[in-house]
Amino acid sequence: MTTPILQARGLVKRYGRVTALAGADLDLMPGEILAVIGDNGAGKSSLIKALCGAVIPDEGEILLDGRPVSFATPVDARVAGIETVHQSLAVAPSLDIAANLFLGRERRRPGVLGSVFRMLDRTGMRAEAKKQLDALGIMTIQNPGQAVETLSGGQRQAVAVARAAAFGSRVVIMDEPTAALGVRESRAVLDLILQVRDRGLPVILISHNMPHVFEVADRVHIQRLGRRKAVVDPKTISMSDAVAIMTGAKEAPE
Amino acid sequence: MTTTAPPAGTPVGDEHTTRSPLSRLQHLLHAQATIGPAVVLLIAIVVFALLSDRFLQPNNISLILQQVAVVGTLAVGQTIIILTAGIDLSCGAVMVLTSIVMAKVAAETGLPGVPALLLGFLIGTVCGLLNGLLVTRLRLPPFIVTLGTLNVFFALNLWYSESATIRGGDMPKLLLWTGETFTVGNTRITYGSIIMVLLVAGMAFVLKNTSWGRHVYATGDDPEASRLSGIRTARVLLSVYATAGVIYALAAWILIGRIASASPQAGQTENLDSITAVVIGGTSLFGGRGAIVGSLIGALIVGVFRNGLALAGVDVLWQTFAVGVLIIAAVSIDQWIRKVKP
Repeated sequence: MTTPILQARGLVKRYGRVTALAGADLDLMPGEILAVIGDNGAGKSSLIKALCGAVIPDEGEILLDGRPVSFATPVDARVAGIETVHQSLAVAPSLDIAANLFLGRERRRPGVLGSVFRMLDRTGMRAEAKKQLDALGIMTIQNPGQAVETLSGGQRQAVAVARAAAFGSRVVIMDEPTAALGVRESRAVLDLILQVRDRGLPVILISHNMPHVFEVADRVHIQRLGRRKAVVDPKTISMSDAVAIMTGAKEAPE
Repeated sequence: MTTTAPPAGTPVGDEHTTRSPLSRLQHLLHAQATIGPAVVLLIAIVVFALLSDRFLQPNNISLILQQVAVVGTLAVGQTIIILTAGIDLSCGAVMVLTSIVMAKVAAETGLPGVPALLLGFLIGTVCGLLNGLLVTRLRLPPFIVTLGTLNVFFALNLWYSESATIRGGDMPKLLLWTGETFTVGNTRITYGSIIMVLLVAGMAFVLKNTSWGRHVYATGDDPEASRLSGIRTARVLLSVYATAGVIYALAAWILIGRIASASPQAGQTENLDSITAVVIGGTSLFGGRGAIVGSLIGALIVGVFRNGLALAGVDVLWQTFAVGVLIIAAVSIDQWIRKVKP
């Protein structure tokens, strides 16, 4: 059996008297899209935040390639190769696409210009941004020097996904990537997610949208009351059964 | 006032042919916010040159540059703070306190020019750091922090100076050097205005070409997104306020040269004047958008308006009126630019 690339074991997170995670587990296998679904308050967000370093769990451990890791900040998780596309996208609207792609990890020019004058490699970063967008087939965006606020919602999402795909070496986590999008834009983003997977990067997809989940996911992790209730195969279970397990109307299959 | 058509063939990102001229202008200004103020400055210069023969005389241009040097320098510090969606009401008070301390210590103890100047830079930096710490550690709004420190610094200035002006003759020559002039053609230019121009060029370079510059913009644009992208926003803010403090010390040096003394009553309206320059220069008060060069142009616009209207024999109250109209026009245009559609 192959080792999961990312594992969570018995994660517990309490906020005062509220227990958001009550011993949650998660297994992400290499090269798969694992969807995480759950009702509001099931602990999806807390689980994802723990995995991307945004919150520190009270108990439990996270294993990357079978080795325990601990993330104090989102930067730690990024250094370990886990990139997250947040629901808010985390882009700076007035900066251009290339600047956003490299935000927080800008490249400097080689030689004295970079080391003494701290000059950014603007042309290099633009070329690289163009390459990343092209690699993901984002043809509608032509100019990486365009400000992000002049883009449509789907294009912004594409920029955020391109950033994660460009820098994520181990895992890409996407939080509700289609929540704010129209039908056509959602379609394009789902294709992007499949492309990221096909490039060999496993994806954790958090979504409320069952048709989207069932369309792209290889496995579906059902979160309920702070725990993993079941992991199901979307090819063998119906959407309504998955929802029934999620809401507690039905027990998980063995 | 800036509804002139954009120059033909200007590349504006993904220009669509279907856009109306107004929408094209909006996109152009969105990409290059400095164009608007630059056009206003050019029009103002042309109009005032037509109204008065003396306007373009070398002596008059030299005078405008001298008048603008102090506010233009302060505006550089003010701009980097406003880019982070902050504001600094204390900049004038920091400048005056700094000028008083370096002048009085040098005059009373005979401290030579270089250490006196370094002392001034130390004072400016400490004042800036204090503002920065209050903003980042206590998480108070910059408006409140600097409204408070404005009063604190001004009171300290009155206390230390005992409300007395320090005469230029009692100071080391170096402190007055910024007011000295050299001649280009038949225009006399002060070293103070040269310092301002070099500062503007240097800061424009840093903002455009370094990670720090980009992080300043990003922090003002969307602090949460910046934090999630791995930018240590508190550290960026602290560095911005401290850097502004250093720049205010530079302004203090230029101020001493300009008035050939150090007066505790100087610079009382400079905080609002610097904000005026920044806003007229096209930098957004909401952060994340704007440029240093715009602030210099903004300061020049105010200087040119005041000077040109005075030469045209217009009462000083209408100069103030004109500046008020400029501010409202500039902010309205900024609001419009921000609503740019994809």
